[in-house]
Amino acid sequence: MHFRHILNALGRHRIAVALLVLEIAFSCAVVCNALFLIGNRLERMQRPTGVDEAHVVEMFIGSVTPGSAEAVMAQTRTDIAALRAIPGVANVAVVNQTLFGNSFSASGVGLSDDAKAPRISVTQYMGDANLADTLGLKLAEGQWFKPDEFITEEQLEAGRSGLPVIITKALAEHLFPGESAVGRTIYAFGANRVVGVLDRLVQPRDSGPTESYGYAMLFPVTLPYTEGAYVIRVKDAMRRDAVIQDVLRTLKASGPLRLISPKYAFTLESQRAKYYRNDRAMAWMLVGVCVLLLVVTAVGIVGLTSFWVAQRRRQIGIRRAIGATRGDILRYFQTENFLIASLGIALGMVLTYGLNLLLMAHYELARLPGYYLPVGALVLWVLGQLAVLGPALRAARVPPVVATRSA
Amino acid sequence: MFGYYLDLALRSLKRNRVLTALMVLAIALGIGTSMTTLTVMHVLSGDPIPQKSAQLFRVRMDVSPDDHFRQGDKVPDNLTRRDAEALLRDGKADHQAAMSAGAMVVVSAQGEPLRVATRYTGADFFPMFDVPMRYGQAWRPEDDAARARVAVISGDLNEQLFGGKDSVGKTLQVGGQSLRIVGVLGDWAMNPRFYDLSNGQFGNSEQVFLPLSTALDLKLSTSGSLTCWGSAPDSRAPEAPCIWLQYWAELDTPAKAAAYRQYLQNYIALQQQGGRFSHPGLAEELDVMQWLDAKGVVPSDVRLQTWLALGFLGICLLNTVGLLLAKFLRRSGEIGVRRALGASRRAIFLQCLVEAGVVGLAGGVLGLALAALGLVLVRHQPTDYAAYIHMDLSMLLLTFALALASSLLAGLLPAWRAMQVAPAVALKSN
Repeated sequence: MHFRHILNALGRHRIAVALLVLEIAFSCAVVCNALFLIGNRLERMQRPTGVDEAHVVEMFIGSVTPGSAEAVMAQTRTDIAALRAIPGVANVAVVNQTLFGNSFSASGVGLSDDAKAPRISVTQYMGDANLADTLGLKLAEGQWFKPDEFITEEQLEAGRSGLPVIITKALAEHLFPGESAVGRTIYAFGANRVVGVLDRLVQPRDSGPTESYGYAMLFPVTLPYTEGAYVIRVKDAMRRDAVIQDVLRTLKASGPLRLISPKYAFTLESQRAKYYRNDRAMAWMLVGVCVLLLVVTAVGIVGLTSFWVAQRRRQIGIRRAIGATRGDILRYFQTENFLIASLGIALGMVLTYGLNLLLMAHYELARLPGYYLPVGALVLWVLGQLAVLGPALRAARVPPVVATRSA
Repeated sequence: MFGYYLDLALRSLKRNRVLTALMVLAIALGIGTSMTTLTVMHVLSGDPIPQKSAQLFRVRMDVSPDDHFRQGDKVPDNLTRRDAEALLRDGKADHQAAMSAGAMVVVSAQGEPLRVATRYTGADFFPMFDVPMRYGQAWRPEDDAARARVAVISGDLNEQLFGGKDSVGKTLQVGGQSLRIVGVLGDWAMNPRFYDLSNGQFGNSEQVFLPLSTALDLKLSTSGSLTCWGSAPDSRAPEAPCIWLQYWAELDTPAKAAAYRQYLQNYIALQQQGGRFSHPGLAEELDVMQWLDAKGVVPSDVRLQTWLALGFLGICLLNTVGLLLAKFLRRSGEIGVRRALGASRRAIFLQCLVEAGVVGLAGGVLGLALAALGLVLVRHQPTDYAAYIHMDLSMLLLTFALALASSLLAGLLPAWRAMQVAPAVALKSN
């Protein structure tokens, strides 16, 4: 097939060709960036938390008449003992904030006592001696807190400082790049000695810059149930819902009138799904727009090619009469579409890049990785070939006898 | 003449049904997605309290101690209890209230505990935000001073606890204390809930309102943002170095707003003179729309979706331009005959535009149906604003205006090409 002949023919429809090229180019730009956005959302939704999510359920309890601090703490111990006695329960702990939950507690952390020293805001988990095992946290370095290091909430509120701390690997690498953090001191509640480094634990919800999602610290504080939630480790992930029922029944049977409702009992996995629901919705919306966009582009190609086929019936007839096969005619239109699509894709690459720059400026998006471009190009080439097939086949069926008729 | 063009347009559109359907579909898809996202934008960026939004001001200031002050930091949204109480004592505005959100557990008539959202505020809250009362009335300023054990409850909670009957004078049990109900709210929901954007921006109002002084006295738990400059055993204590109280003032005239601005500057100057800090400090008042804008109530995802939809509409229009061009030029022969019989270029141009307009209107009707479908999908999204998304008359009219304008725009180039068809050539080639 001779490209030059096709180009000559296309030159006679400059405006229509330009329109198709533009349409393909814009589609290419939007589809590439939308695919990138979808990829970003999926990546975000799959970020690990460092917690063994499949085995953890949470229970929030509201007290009606709290009573004294001692009474609440005693009730907490009673609850924990009762919960541990449930057959499917492996471990129980009280934590001040839960992953994907609403509450978020943070402190400024620096490497010096000086108030002028640079500080970053780091989220703090507080919990008793069973927390690490209940959540399935993994230690990368150092060791867990010793039993005598745990303090009560009153001691914390009275301003007790010098607590040991366990920090995450991400935070350790940020504060002490290239060095071991174990044995070093950070300043959050006064001076805190780092005794261990966690493989991974993340903020309850995204806060601050993206890289700080993995910054967290853990303090040894034994809390009453009113200051957080019960986290419960189940033995068998398949029996989580049954365990939740047992937990509700057990807690209702122990202690004074309290707000104990299935409305405030969750599996960590359901909390994750709820937390990321907007991202999921956005990803589906982007998928929808991509599909519609490709449909509309295909419609444009079908419409204009049909018009050209109708317009060139006589020329096609003549070519057939002087020896062109049906395959030749089919390939002519396919090649023509390939050329137009290629022009559109070339322009589309530039537009993709421009649109990405715009998104980077306004939506804190990263630079589009190069591999999205060939993917976008391939999609549009295939789309173009599929769209042109119908009109091209119709063109190939034009009988040679048309050449002998006057239009 | 217009009627004749319309007749010609309809005939021409009927002649090639597939091409017509494709054009209408392309416009409808573009209009449908654009109108869906524009409606969401329209609702989210709406004015929650149009009758008063220019008279209600959020007051915020930066009075952080010198060692915590950094040039260029954002002004904190909330005040310390010390500053809030000082502004309340001065009482320079027509109405003013300091407030915080909270949560508590109340016990229903059946003995079932219920978790309710609460607002701790002052008596001025109710007249300031035009809060309607179904039964009774708000507490009085004296109750604020006396830390009275009083509460106003929402209509919803009244329904749950008292079966919707007048519950004024009944009591509410909270943490071993009882609060006397003095008022029941009528229907009142601010969306977005501009007076406190930190605890869910859309949704119903709180279920229990009580004086801030009472809540502090009873040590009820608060929720929302709390930032402290130093260690504070009790972050809600009168002199605690913590910012957590929201402050609103009503200033009925621009002159009063200007005077209040001056008052705030003087307040900052007084603090500096008192040796509290030496940095310049900052105090400002933002009216409702400025406040919503500053807090970015429209999620960036929604903005992105809107731009995406408008971009999509643009591509649909490119498509329509191409199809109209094909359609008009296919009729070169007919246009040639009309030109030869004396039709002016203008007439051809107008005739083509009428045809484009007809396609646009049809696209608008179908687009409206698609937008309605899109809004159903939006309402099924798990966002907190989903329930409030509805199309109003202005959006309905905008749909048709947008459809017509975009189809006419798309028709310009094809119509211009069509009117340039040379009659002699067109007739000969036929």
